[in-house]
Amino acid sequence: MRRALVLISSCALSLLVACGGGNNSSSPGGNTITPPTSGSNVASIVVDTGPSAIQATGPATNAAYVTVNVCVPGTTTCQSIDHVLVDTGSEGLRVLASVMTPPLTTQTNASGMSIAECVPFVDGTFVWGPVQTADIQIAGEKANSAPIQVIGESQISVPAGCTGTDDDTVQALAANGILGIGPFLQDCGALCVTGIPSTALYYACSSNAGSSCLPTTQSLTAQVTNPVSMFTADNNGTIIELPAISNTGAPTVTGSLVFGIGTQSNNGLKGAIPLAADANGNFGTSFNGTQYTAFIDSGTNILAILDAGTLGITTCAAPDDSFYCPGAPNNNALNQRNLTAINFDSLGDQSTVNFSIANAEFLFAANGGANFAFNNLGGPNAGTFDWGLPFFFGRNVFTAIENQNTPVGAGPFFAY
Amino acid sequence: MELMRSIAIQWSHRGLLLSPLLLITFALPVFATLGADVSSVQSDQARMKAAVNVSRATNYTVHEMKAADGTAVREFVSPSGQVFGVAWSGPFQPDLKQVLGPYYDHVVATVKNRRVSHNAPISIQEPGLVVEMSGHMRYYTGRAYVPSMLPQGVQTTQIK
Repeated sequence: MRRALVLISSCALSLLVACGGGNNSSSPGGNTITPPTSGSNVASIVVDTGPSAIQATGPATNAAYVTVNVCVPGTTTCQSIDHVLVDTGSEGLRVLASVMTPPLTTQTNASGMSIAECVPFVDGTFVWGPVQTADIQIAGEKANSAPIQVIGESQISVPAGCTGTDDDTVQALAANGILGIGPFLQDCGALCVTGIPSTALYYACSSNAGSSCLPTTQSLTAQVTNPVSMFTADNNGTIIELPAISNTGAPTVTGSLVFGIGTQSNNGLKGAIPLAADANGNFGTSFNGTQYTAFIDSGTNILAILDAGTLGITTCAAPDDSFYCPGAPNNNALNQRNLTAINFDSLGDQSTVNFSIANAEFLFAANGGANFAFNNLGGPNAGTFDWGLPFFFGRNVFTAIENQNTPVGAGPFFAY
Repeated sequence: MELMRSIAIQWSHRGLLLSPLLLITFALPVFATLGADVSSVQSDQARMKAAVNVSRATNYTVHEMKAADGTAVREFVSPSGQVFGVAWSGPFQPDLKQVLGPYYDHVVATVKNRRVSHNAPISIQEPGLVVEMSGHMRYYTGRAYVPSMLPQGVQTTQIK
């Protein structure tokens, strides 16, 4: 298990890009940090150990964060919330109630019932909480009266249909919130307008008792919405720009979250190859002649790829068996495996991806255990390529939102 | 894309026929869980008139149930009638408590102890249980099986 490391340097707790001495500086790991793109459509990304509240209990690894301003709609009653996870694998802003101060109003239906949501994660855990309305400001962009989810809000208790472990704390999320900027407009879409899915997402609650909450349909405009799509301009997608880093990792990495694709001088595709996403947000990856389901998810902190047998790379010993440890039992060397895959979509677009997987135990111990950003941290994901945050280092990754036009056509697509 | 479109059309038809107060539930019917006897599947199928597609392979049968939201659950049944494996995929997560049955609590406890993010996939590889779950919002996929219950000659790669 990745040890819980108490970070001594307050630098890593700061969201300032000045961490480590400013732009263009070298991190203690010796990695050159390139200057981030600037402009009113650019927010700073930091990959660091996460919110201050988790430093003692378990700092984050490979988590990309931005600061988000949340306001009571139409007012200046606002709060700047740091360490909100940048997630291309979901849609909509979700903020932990425990960190939020602006008094937001909970959405109600025509009968005056409060609307709340249960969102399951792929690992069987979930987040629960009311849908509330907020103005969201990030860098110079603003989404007015956006439906967001306030999670871990204890007022309405969790209904029986929302099962698993409740990720209702900063420790559980390793973030103060999640900024879902995936390739869709809403978190559910048309499926929730006409019916209740296999696991109900939206609930209408007549009281604060979870037992009063019944699954409900939810109109598109009332659903928790990708805030980028609600910006006045630069609303067709995003670019995540993170610099290349050393193959032994880095303590902190700064980069940019750029809004808009081809809408400004600083967000052109510049020849990046688009990969169309299907109705589920997926494309394909071909590896050693076999095709697999694939997706690009900045909220996954590893390259979650295939299985030990298929890759010929062993997993680490328990309890670290969510990671790959090539070369184990020799965990005292990088033992990096350099691999190649081809990403492709249903339109015939394709591009080659070179990627690496190194020994996770070595990475966690490198630089005295002070590194928390890795471009070669991998783990098993049988039959699937989940291009997580390690994929983003050294690439500008575009996420285009469905139905929103770009210079190369409408989303949903990814490009890099 | 094609799949999504055909489902959407089907739903809009139903939406027209039902009053707004009568919510349409796209959830899967109750069915047998991992490790259970398949007879419960058959009784559920009869009671709920669920669309269950049964296909035969060497040494096992696959019972596939598809919810109207596109979420499919497949149960792998041994000749002796035990559900030795389950697999699922679709835009929504199936009821894992139902699918994993007696193994659910163990999976929840195991997941609690790991250090990857909650968006990262699950891979539990134990002598008595294998569970793999993956995906992201709008795409959930996974499988689980009990190695000791696999019929002779069945490869684990067939459970998908």
